[in-house]
Amino acid sequence: MTDLTNKDISHIADLAKLNLNSHEIVKFKKQLSDIIGYVSHLKEVETSNVEPTSQTTNLKDVTRDDAANSQNSLTQDEALSGTEETHNGYFKVSAILEKDK
Amino acid sequence: MKFNPPLTIEETQKGLLKKDFSAVDLVDSYLDRIKKYDKNLNAIITLAEDSAYEKAKKVDRLISDYKENAFKDYPLLGVVVIHKDMFLTKGIRTTAASNVLKDYIPSYSATTVKKFDAAGCITLAKANCDAWAHGSSGENSDFGPTKNPWNENFVAGGSSSGSAASLAANYCLIATGTDTCGSVRVPANFCGVVGLKPTYGSVSRYGVIAMASSLDSVGHFSRTVEDSRKIFEVTKGEDGLDATLKNSNIILDKSKITVGIPKEFFVKGLDKDVEKGVFAAINLLKKKGINFKEVSLPHTKYGISVYYIIQPAEVSSNLGRYDGIRFGDEREVFGDEAKRRIMLGTYVLSAGYYDAYYNQAMKVRSIIIKEVDNVFKDVDALIAPVAPTNAFKLGEKTNNPLSMYLTDIYAATANLTGIPSIAIPYGFSKNRLPLGFQIMAPKFSEDMLVSLGKMFQQEISWKPEVPNI
Repeated sequence: MTDLTNKDISHIADLAKLNLNSHEIVKFKKQLSDIIGYVSHLKEVETSNVEPTSQTTNLKDVTRDDAANSQNSLTQDEALSGTEETHNGYFKVSAILEKDK
Repeated sequence: MKFNPPLTIEETQKGLLKKDFSAVDLVDSYLDRIKKYDKNLNAIITLAEDSAYEKAKKVDRLISDYKENAFKDYPLLGVVVIHKDMFLTKGIRTTAASNVLKDYIPSYSATTVKKFDAAGCITLAKANCDAWAHGSSGENSDFGPTKNPWNENFVAGGSSSGSAASLAANYCLIATGTDTCGSVRVPANFCGVVGLKPTYGSVSRYGVIAMASSLDSVGHFSRTVEDSRKIFEVTKGEDGLDATLKNSNIILDKSKITVGIPKEFFVKGLDKDVEKGVFAAINLLKKKGINFKEVSLPHTKYGISVYYIIQPAEVSSNLGRYDGIRFGDEREVFGDEAKRRIMLGTYVLSAGYYDAYYNQAMKVRSIIIKEVDNVFKDVDALIAPVAPTNAFKLGEKTNNPLSMYLTDIYAATANLTGIPSIAIPYGFSKNRLPLGFQIMAPKFSEDMLVSLGKMFQQEISWKPEVPNI
């Protein structure tokens, strides 16, 4: 059994850029503890001489010609078509840097 | 003209050629059924009526002008398809069944969508699914659960719930899905249709909303194994856009085929009806001269745990792009299941836990792959149940995520190892819900799945059925 604390859940949510309310923290604490408790039986498998697998294709370094392909390019308008706020043909985002006060 | 459209590609194309009906008639008829039944079944999120009629008229012109030659140039001419709402469709809303993307209209189409278009298909609608393809029952959709056409009190299976239900309800001739851990095979099994999860790296994922990138495969639904083959002929192959693709096709020329029965798939928790169904199928295939042999895959029991570490890790990364800036809504709009998986993935990747969970899961994945590779030195394919039970009741597992996750316990092997698997319907339970089984084969051996599947459907003189809705 793995018991996550409210603090653990808040920390994970913070890393994942999710804002949780106190009700959600309590609910997810129980559910995530159950799931992590279940998957923890993997610890019993002997893996000291095993290499990890991150993909199954056996392909390596797949490249293409470094050339523009007009068939698979978007116009500026198309690229911006999913956003609500644009400015002079750019995506508009909230400021992340502040001026020295 | 409205009528009940035929259930196979061959009958549909024969009817079109003989002018028994037109492609416009087909669209009329499917739409009529959707409008009649879908308020209740909830398999569809978005209809594409205008573009479907436009394409249907084009199909009718092609058939008038070129007769049977039209079908040579366009192998799926006149085939009406419904795409899971994970596939980007240019100009047609694509939501991933999540409120985050409820207004998103893509500016390009997925490779597979383009291939279906070029092969003569008519796109009719976008199908409901678990939001972001996270789920085994279809109940995680922000657009409400899809009901099983065989019995509306039961789930359709997930995550490609709407695709499988659309096919069972005869809203279309074929449908697409994605399978990261059973998301094509489980709903196919619950709804009584054929579902193919191809080899990882055989069908392009370009333009399909990513869930867990080392596991996602793009598959499809049909009513016969032969139709599944026809669709795969169109969808497979390199596209220069998805770097995991390889053109490969292994054909085994062998007079005696041996199929393994992995004993770890027939353990406590497997429903008796489901188990009986698989063994009945084995006996039918024996009559056709197929050899069967018990084999052992002892690490099968760890598969779902490996999956529930690797998959959320990859989910947390893939859903990182949804920041509400370039498209879609803010992160607070994610539903509970997406939040759970993002947090689970963030946890297993975080400092202090990476080695214990993520790295250990990747190592156990290597062991499972080696075990399966070794078994395939001995047998040509594997037969197993698709899920521990057939369709369960709506709401039965929604409050217990862990018990929902265990629905996919028999699906994990194919995704973790990258091998192809086909779910084939066979028979019904006492309460008249579909049963079936899956056949798995080595990578790029879809040909083996098709020959065994077709042999089976010939032996039982398979006639697809549409339930009374």
